[in-house]
Amino acid sequence: MVPVLTRVIRRSWRWSAAAAGGLLLTAASVLAQPPAGAAPDGFVPISQLPPAHRMPAAPLLIAAYAFVWVALLVYLWTIWRRLGRVEGELKQLEKQ
Amino acid sequence: MRRLFGPLLILSVILFAAAPVLIAQAPYEQTMGLIQKIFYFHVPAAMMMMLSSFICGIWSAIFLLRKKPEADRIAVAGGEMVVVFGLIVLVTGPLWARIAWGVWWVWDVRLTSALLLWMIFCGYLLVRKYGGPGADKLGAAMAIFGMANVPFVYISVDIWRTMHPKTTVVTTLGEGMAIPFWFCVFAFLVMYALLFTARVHLEEQRARVEQLFLEAGDL
Repeated sequence: MVPVLTRVIRRSWRWSAAAAGGLLLTAASVLAQPPAGAAPDGFVPISQLPPAHRMPAAPLLIAAYAFVWVALLVYLWTIWRRLGRVEGELKQLEKQ
Repeated sequence: MRRLFGPLLILSVILFAAAPVLIAQAPYEQTMGLIQKIFYFHVPAAMMMMLSSFICGIWSAIFLLRKKPEADRIAVAGGEMVVVFGLIVLVTGPLWARIAWGVWWVWDVRLTSALLLWMIFCGYLLVRKYGGPGADKLGAAMAIFGMANVPFVYISVDIWRTMHPKTTVVTTLGEGMAIPFWFCVFAFLVMYALLFTARVHLEEQRARVEQLFLEAGDL
């Protein structure tokens, strides 16, 4: 009874997390839109924008590069972790 | 295959450590300034996403036609890497757009089609994980559909009016920008090779575990 309950809780938690992730992704892209009417009539080069409207580029550039590094390292680490687990199982099965 | 991990890992670390030095020395783009330097990681990541879509799609087709489990294992590895490199593209792109266009996201044809491609492969992984019996064939069909989307994503900027730069940007780069750019492409390719060999090896080990379980069940 308890393992079944644990499995059901785990599964529903995963589905809820996936649904929440999907909702967040959709909401983020909708919220990222500029408010209606705020769009300029034509293209305005960054150099001609008033200083108050300019955003410093360096933090976003650093964030982008840091994200790439972290994403690749985390992915490599997850492969290594999964591989370790599978190889552990393999050794156990080969012993049996 | 496992013997390749060490050399590929060392080479990746060296290339990724050297890349920022070359990128810092590259000239500034006239209109966008500093933020344009995201280009050196954003475009190679997009190239790897497209390459991975083709790997996943082609091996899925081989799996469907010839019923080879090895082909399915390569396709799964490729499918997962489309999602990883796609995530990098979809995160670094808006960071660039916020400064260059003034918005994080626009429902532009290139951005929307790239997001769709990424979502197709997210769906592929979900089908593979939770689809139950027959998920391998259903997933393979999805992967072929995802692969068919790639040329559309690539040429979209040349066909429709869009804010995104055209494909000719890469071929018309000046020497100062072309050298660091192709260096980064090479660094991403080496990293891709490392991740791909490790991921395929994981699928092979999983298949061995399954085989041993089946053999134990027969005894």
